[in-house]
Amino acid sequence: MSTRLPQGGRLIDRSKTVKFSFNGKHMTGHAGDTLASALLASGQVIMGRSFKYHRPRGVMASGAEEPNALVNLGRGDSHEPNQRATVTELFEGLSATSQNHWPSLDWDIGEVNALLPRVLPAGFYYKTFIYPRPFWKHVFEPIIRRSAGLGRAPEHDARDPDRYEQFYAHTDLVIAGGGIAGLQAALEAGRAGARVILCEQTAHWGGRAPVDGVEIDGKPAETWINDAVQVLEKMDNVHLRLRCMVAGVYDHGYVIAYERVADHAPGTDAPRHRLWRIRTGQVIAATGALERPLSFPGNDKPGVMLASAVRDYAVNWGVSPGARTVVVTNNDDAYRTALLLADAGLSVPCIADARSESDGPLAQQARARGIRVMTNTGIAGVKGLRGVVGVQLCRQDGTGEVIEDVTCDAVAMSGGWSPVVHLWSHCGGKLTWDAERAFFRPDPSRPPTNQTGEGFVVCAGAADGALLAGDTMQNASTMARKALSALDFTSGAAVPSASAAEESPLLPVWIMPAGAGPKKRAKMWLDFQNDVKVSDVQLAAREGYESVEHTKRYTTLGMATDQGKLSNINGLAVLAQALDEDIPRVGTTTFRPPYTPISMGAIAGEARGEIFQPLRRTPLHAWHEANGAAWEPVGHWRRPYCYPRPGESHREAVNREITATRTSLGLLDASTLGKIVVKGPDAGRFLDMLYTNMMSTLKPGKCRYGLMCSENGFLMDDGVVVRLDDDSFLVHTTTGGADRIHAWMEDWLQCEWWDWQVYTANVTEQWAQIAVVGPKARAVLDKLGSDIDLSNDALPFMAWAEGRIGGFDARVFRISFSGELSFEIAVPASQGRALWDALLAAGAEFDATPYGTEALHVMRAEKGFIMIGDETDGTVIPQDLGLGWAISKKKEDYLGKRAQERTHMTDPGRWQLVGLETLDGSVLPDGSYALAEGINVNGQRNTQGRVTSTYFSPTLSRGIAMGLVVQGPERMGEVIAFNTTQKPARGEAPKTIEARIVSPVFFDPEGEKPNV
Amino acid sequence: MSEQAVSALPGAEATGVVTVREMGLQGMVSLRGDLAALGTVVMRLTGAEMPAVRAMTKGRGIQVAWMSPDELLILCDHGAADTLVADLTQAFEGQHHLALNLSDARAMFGLSGNASTLRDVLAKVTPADISALHPGEMRRTRIQQVAGAIWFETETEARVICFRSVAQYMFDLFTVSAKDGGAVGFNR
Amino acid sequence: MLTLTCPCCGISACETELAPGGEAHLKRFGPGSPDADFESYLFLRQNSRGVHFERWRHAMGCGKWFLAARDTATLEVFGTYSAQTTEPPADIIAAIRAKRPDWSPA
Repeated sequence: MSTRLPQGGRLIDRSKTVKFSFNGKHMTGHAGDTLASALLASGQVIMGRSFKYHRPRGVMASGAEEPNALVNLGRGDSHEPNQRATVTELFEGLSATSQNHWPSLDWDIGEVNALLPRVLPAGFYYKTFIYPRPFWKHVFEPIIRRSAGLGRAPEHDARDPDRYEQFYAHTDLVIAGGGIAGLQAALEAGRAGARVILCEQTAHWGGRAPVDGVEIDGKPAETWINDAVQVLEKMDNVHLRLRCMVAGVYDHGYVIAYERVADHAPGTDAPRHRLWRIRTGQVIAATGALERPLSFPGNDKPGVMLASAVRDYAVNWGVSPGARTVVVTNNDDAYRTALLLADAGLSVPCIADARSESDGPLAQQARARGIRVMTNTGIAGVKGLRGVVGVQLCRQDGTGEVIEDVTCDAVAMSGGWSPVVHLWSHCGGKLTWDAERAFFRPDPSRPPTNQTGEGFVVCAGAADGALLAGDTMQNASTMARKALSALDFTSGAAVPSASAAEESPLLPVWIMPAGAGPKKRAKMWLDFQNDVKVSDVQLAAREGYESVEHTKRYTTLGMATDQGKLSNINGLAVLAQALDEDIPRVGTTTFRPPYTPISMGAIAGEARGEIFQPLRRTPLHAWHEANGAAWEPVGHWRRPYCYPRPGESHREAVNREITATRTSLGLLDASTLGKIVVKGPDAGRFLDMLYTNMMSTLKPGKCRYGLMCSENGFLMDDGVVVRLDDDSFLVHTTTGGADRIHAWMEDWLQCEWWDWQVYTANVTEQWAQIAVVGPKARAVLDKLGSDIDLSNDALPFMAWAEGRIGGFDARVFRISFSGELSFEIAVPASQGRALWDALLAAGAEFDATPYGTEALHVMRAEKGFIMIGDETDGTVIPQDLGLGWAISKKKEDYLGKRAQERTHMTDPGRWQLVGLETLDGSVLPDGSYALAEGINVNGQRNTQGRVTSTYFSPTLSRGIAMGLVVQGPERMGEVIAFNTTQKPARGEAPKTIEARIVSPVFFDPEGEKPNV
Repeated sequence: MSEQAVSALPGAEATGVVTVREMGLQGMVSLRGDLAALGTVVMRLTGAEMPAVRAMTKGRGIQVAWMSPDELLILCDHGAADTLVADLTQAFEGQHHLALNLSDARAMFGLSGNASTLRDVLAKVTPADISALHPGEMRRTRIQQVAGAIWFETETEARVICFRSVAQYMFDLFTVSAKDGGAVGFNR
Repeated sequence: MLTLTCPCCGISACETELAPGGEAHLKRFGPGSPDADFESYLFLRQNSRGVHFERWRHAMGCGKWFLAARDTATLEVFGTYSAQTTEPPADIIAAIRAKRPDWSPA
């Protein structure tokens, strides 16, 4: 059983006890523990269940690569699934629960899956999706859903209480990894004067060196590490960051790092996570190497761990996974584990070494210590259900015949090491297979390239394949100098000499024993998290999967949250063997960011709640809010939809607002309307190109409605153009159109007609604009007092004037979107609220009624005015909308004119705008289609038109609609049927509504009302 | 009517690791034209030299900022903007240009605090290299989801301008970014 | 995430400060032009794998359009230049040739 050792633990403070709970059980650990080390210290070996077979699982690794020990962390609003216990720093009150178990961790009903391995073979989902189809929905899926899935999603109403943020940094060099290679690279770069950010994902500097007994310049590694950190901390150009993982490397030197600022110290006022967005010249990936498991039967049982992890737990946290540990290996490095355990007074019954010889210095030391070293030996089976009680040894080159049973309670395995090349690969760096040492390492001739076409990532130390301490240090300096020279820095200080015991070559071992039969291969796990075994990969090969990318998806190898950190190379080698191919020919899968999962909170950053998205507010927003406006989003703007009074429905409010406006006085906040000033000698010529109609002939003091089309001929915006003076115009756009149309103008001016003398400015937000509408509009303005003559003679419809109204500096436009007498008054935004208040006060006697966008829409529909986005959808040309009068016949050119010459655009069979009146007075459903005879090739009913706008008109007390109908204007008075979504009664035909084609102008067809 | 004029968020202020303040009404005049030909008039009317690319120059209670190859932003008293526009328009009579009072189209914020922390707070919201920005330069950039401009009056006092409609977003954004516990310790 | 240097204000801008505008150096065909020319102007694009000329606007910055010569496969940037030109200038062509000797303008 795992336990806390009486001594040791360089990272823990035994004087400080930390309380935590696991599955509701109270436990204690020490300050400096990880959740995994504290659980092991408390004798808790089983930490979770596997994904597919629900097999009991213990911790396998000691760091980011951990596949098994995933837990739910926290409760309620703070609940988070799939947290790796190995990288979770213990804190007081931590609460964790294990995953994938039902009903309990110790007794799980899903374990039965393991007894029926044929139920879930490789490719199960693909095969089962095919047939029988009904089985999927009714039989398999419900059962699988119940038992599948990693962790538990947070409750639907949970709200993360923590704060997250992002941070943009610019630097010369990012170094990922704070082991001895990263520190040495930082020293080189720091001395050279480069700006450096050094990130280490754990809470400690130095990486593995202190655990592996490395000596640097004749002193223990830890001494050198502490000195190096002190030196670096004093350098102004070097920034050190612990608990900060470089998650991804992207184009043009873009690096994402994930800093877990407060995970270990909840309750402080710091943000929980910070996402670093770094632009750097070069990246040094000093990311070390990961140990590979060995594929022997039962290698997933709790108590079977990586040999390096066993060392880590003993040295770093003073924890032993077992009292009797069998070491199984294909290399010398694992001997360090045996020696260390022996030093700690623990029993190592034997070292099973797959190689036929083992005579390196480490093996000699082990033998000298009396540890039994057995060569050409592997493991044929692991005894014990919920933990290890013994192993069965066999010859590695045999079929697995048991030669000896050895009693033990833990197994330390090592299949060799793989450089962590993820960051090299993220942005396209290629790998090369090192057959002698059995790993992929970066191919220096094919690096990821940046904006200048040069390589911008180097791997340093173990990540470059320099696994031995002495090589690591040398390599780190060499690669750092390479990166620095790309940045035009030079460095050349003496490189410290690092040393550790010599190692003899490893023997690549992908299956243990080599001749294992099918039964044994079905118990050799490759991917522990996704439950993929040697037999699954071999099945995929037999079924014809040759590409590793396809095999990966078919078997789900490497597709779990650990992204195959432990399984990829083993799986690839098994596939290569099954295909009788070389490993490099089978290729490797692509490493994609992030290196380990990062929180959604960090990705969202501060963008949540009120600042999830910028909300645009007019100068009158506060008044609308205080007066109960129901909001309508229009782009990022919020506009009042209507202002319901207490007890009033939205519909009732809209009707009241319309009636008040039509009979007396309505007020509309029109500030969101786009306003663009266009000025210069060529301004008229420019607007003639932009609009379908002629704008250059507009006289100063006058307004003209105009249409803008895309080069494809389709209507994209409309609005009123005002001629301010001889060489300047004010262009009104739709609410959503201001930025888009301004950019459109600048595009043509900068990229096509750059010799035209025109300047534009988007002045939308400079002005608050209020529409004063209704028969009493002039009366209220007269009451406020003005130096402008507001009479119909002096300021007729479609004219404008500048002056003072009620003491405000104002522009007054006689334009109307409602069909009523209307003055749109623009004042500087800072004075908008005061004008609004003044209009409300002066208008009180006329029952001045603020109205919202819905009343606006209904009133414009009553008048048959089109709305961009309702009557248009990107396929509609002005000619479809009866707007031929606004298309100049005189102009040789305007944007969209050529497109409108195409045959399809001049086809008389196009759908064209008409008004629609239901025979029964009801409101046509929005989006209804006008039905035609017969069905199309898809078996759908033919159509001859559709509804574009439909409302209840309180003015006419009936439903009104506009729509596009085939040759509509020629079919006035004809009755056509529209579909509905009402479900017909059994046996009856679908319900339709009949409507008569009429003029789209329902109200005041002569246009007399605004002309007074 | 200036006594009725109000800025976007009058008096808004929040303090965390730095202090964020809405600066009240600020005069802003946009001047577009051939910059090479505008210098003499700009100097006469503002007392400021023509700024180099991205630079800001100071005149008589006025700052002139380079916005683009054919645009300047003149910062002046709110009440003086209309007069300045009229003077510019008159001075450039017959010369292709555009002078507009855009004071009310924008909101301005002041951020003050320790020089390093101030830069850290700004670096949370913009991809611009804040460590390379110093007094005398204006950086137009993205401030999270909206456009804006940032400059330093001094190393401990920054200014941010954005469109008036998103003033609340900008204020909330900086308030959150400046919350206590939010120091990063990156900029020096 | 690209960085492009805006030739109008000198800023090395992050992609998120820029707005893309598609292929550069299109010749506009207006009223009266043959269908084939108009089709090519409006719809047909090089879609190169390799050297590509494209339009960008420094939207979250000085607001100006500029053009860039870029390799669409490696994302290498050969240069950025003024939008007020109908064809790539000689220095841009030379910069591309220096890196891609086999390339010739279409």
